[in-house]
Amino acid sequence: MRIGVFVCHCGSNIAGNVDVGSVAEQALSLPDVAFASDTMYACAEQGQEGIIEAIRDHGLDGVVVASCTPRMHEPTFRRTVERAGLNRYMFEMANIREHVSWIGKDKEANTRKALDLVSMAVSKLRYDRPLTPKSFEVNKRVMVVGGGVAGIQAALDCANGGLEVVLVEKQSTIGGKMAKLDKTFPTVDCSSCILGPKMVDVSQHPNITLYASSEIDELSGYVGNYTATIRRKATYVDWEACTGCGLCMEKCPSKKSADYFNEGVGTTTAINIPFPQAIPKKASIDPDFCIRFTKGKCGVCAKVCPTEAIRYEQEDELVTEEVGAVIAATGFDLFDTSKYAQYGGGRYPDVITSLQYERLLSASGPTGGHVKRPSDGKEPETVVFVQCVGSRDKSVDRPYCSGFCCMYTAKQAILTKDHLPGSQSYVFYMDIRAPGKLYDEFTRRAMEEYDTRYIRGRVAMIYPKGDKYVVRGADTLAGTQVEIEADLVVLAAGAESAKGSPRMAEKLRISYDKYGFFMESHPKLRPVETNTAGVFLAGACQGPKDIPSSVSQGSAAASKVLEMFSKDMLESDPQVAAVDIKRCIGCGKCVQTCPFGAIEETDFRGQPKAGVIETVCQGCGLCTATCPQGAIQLQHFTDNQILAEVNALCRQPLVTSFE
Amino acid sequence: MPAATGDELRIVGFLCNWCSYGGADTAGVGRFQQPTDLRIIRVPCSGRIDPLFILRALFHGADGVLVSGCHPRDCHYSEGNLYARRRLEVLKRFLPILGMDERRFEYTWVSASEGKKWQTVVHKFTEAIHELGPAPALSEAQVARAQAVAADAA
Repeated sequence: MRIGVFVCHCGSNIAGNVDVGSVAEQALSLPDVAFASDTMYACAEQGQEGIIEAIRDHGLDGVVVASCTPRMHEPTFRRTVERAGLNRYMFEMANIREHVSWIGKDKEANTRKALDLVSMAVSKLRYDRPLTPKSFEVNKRVMVVGGGVAGIQAALDCANGGLEVVLVEKQSTIGGKMAKLDKTFPTVDCSSCILGPKMVDVSQHPNITLYASSEIDELSGYVGNYTATIRRKATYVDWEACTGCGLCMEKCPSKKSADYFNEGVGTTTAINIPFPQAIPKKASIDPDFCIRFTKGKCGVCAKVCPTEAIRYEQEDELVTEEVGAVIAATGFDLFDTSKYAQYGGGRYPDVITSLQYERLLSASGPTGGHVKRPSDGKEPETVVFVQCVGSRDKSVDRPYCSGFCCMYTAKQAILTKDHLPGSQSYVFYMDIRAPGKLYDEFTRRAMEEYDTRYIRGRVAMIYPKGDKYVVRGADTLAGTQVEIEADLVVLAAGAESAKGSPRMAEKLRISYDKYGFFMESHPKLRPVETNTAGVFLAGACQGPKDIPSSVSQGSAAASKVLEMFSKDMLESDPQVAAVDIKRCIGCGKCVQTCPFGAIEETDFRGQPKAGVIETVCQGCGLCTATCPQGAIQLQHFTDNQILAEVNALCRQPLVTSFE
Repeated sequence: MPAATGDELRIVGFLCNWCSYGGADTAGVGRFQQPTDLRIIRVPCSGRIDPLFILRALFHGADGVLVSGCHPRDCHYSEGNLYARRRLEVLKRFLPILGMDERRFEYTWVSASEGKKWQTVVHKFTEAIHELGPAPALSEAQVARAQAVAADAA
């Protein structure tokens, strides 16, 4: 075998901390290495051309590039060696940037380590065999999980692109958090006026199947061929028959049910349609509050329903959908402000969250858009906004900035003045973060035109005094203590990952970070892809996002799906398991172990043997580590290859093979 | 051909591609400085790791072996790390029977976002191995005997 080694400088990223020239020189003494050199930027066009040239000039049949992480550029270099006529799997990478030059300052030690990594890659490459991908058909349907603005945008873009879309929403209506907003920043246009038409488009689009009040129970399969089990939760109303007339809501005697849509400001009826523009506009019963369910009698809604749609005996129903790709758009939740006991959120009736205040401002909210204190219904004169409640605060494990709280606080301060011209608003802030288009101008308007007083500093505590609340905090610019007597306090809650998001990530087989947000494939260059092929991200499930970012990510995810579906056949990764039929004893352990059902028992001249279904195999290698005979081997990560790497590191290398 | 000299010891790391290898990358991108003793072998899943890889490394002069995968329940392959956890725990208890110091082998769970945690893991494990010092050289007979026992057990 003739192996070429290319050691990348990566500018000074590697060369600054590793003697790349010496690594290349010493690599020449490794077995089978016929050529070695160092190169400024291996991934740049010149670098790649250099590799191709060397392959041709020196008759190389395998290449090692020592540069950055294979998670970044392995596909790039695989294409490079392919362009030179080699099989793309006759290539290995040594990660001497992320794992060497960036984490160690000692140039000598780094150089030794880099050489070790190169020698491991060479050892592995000596056992590499050319692999050929197989193609398989793609099911050109897509499932969008979550019907907030990101999910709606993704579903519409896919549907308009000609794909069949299955949209799954947990709540009984789509619209997500945006549907609860009164106005949006920085344009102060009405949220439901811009979202409403999109929601209607979803309901009317011939390519979209909407499952509201539904959740994903299970997702199995692989890119191009997923099977989703969707649980349609019992709403106790036959949605086929329900016309959304609302008569049941009028007559329902249980009027004290929790109003989730209005964030608990006010109450609703046990059978309800969350809000007038709901899509689908169908009633559902909250069994926790329904008299029929709690006390066994009532049944008023069944009596008044003109279409006889009430079904008290309804149960959850499971449906399966076959799709080729999944877009996760499960959104976020707001920080639970009651964790700040000193602010009295949840204890004092007039200390409310920003989203509750949004419902008070909204014309379709519980007060019809009149700003009234929840405790006594009086119009507040002094409103204090407290920012960074549950963001940029290590003490509550939310060190990150939620990004949109500065802006919605400015918007709410402006709207407060619009609603109550005689009022005065105060904002306690840490820094103003307003980097979007027209965002900074907007906060300035809140200060200058609407006379909102911004005080830089944290609030220490809030306590009631008569029918007012004293907000005590620091003004760090003036260096003084501040006390303001407020009629209403609004806590600007930060964003956190949606409840149950780790569980959802496990179902979708994607990663999540320590705060529960889903992880993208690459934070800069692959922001809507995940490490699971065919699963994409949109919106705030990936991290806090405002509406424009959520919408653009929804579109981005849709374009990724459309790109994937532009081909009729997808290529499968050939790094899958293969069975050595002579060694296989047909014990069936691999069949039991495989999480994907990718191994089946086959008959070989009357003997049971394992057979790999190559398009289903995901290449984890669980079977390889399980097989007592070493008969099933994960190609490109065979026992011999991994042991070759081990041997390269050990003091007493073994020459014998593992098999 | 290992080039470790001086104070450096030989530590072999087996890392799953999706979580811990990503975590080590994240640590690199964050420039979280680490000792240089550890060399990482990338495997698709911690469930791919045959306990015999670890034994072979230890019997042939590695001073320490570190395995790291995705947190249990957060596996790219649904349940690979659950298999890994069972195998690795059995191996850990089995090492003293083979005459190996079980402190030379450790397994952890580090996700792709936990660069800082990876740095801590590497520091701690390297420190522990340095406290133990270089692995005592085994005679050929010892190696052969231990391997026979290991092969029987597997």
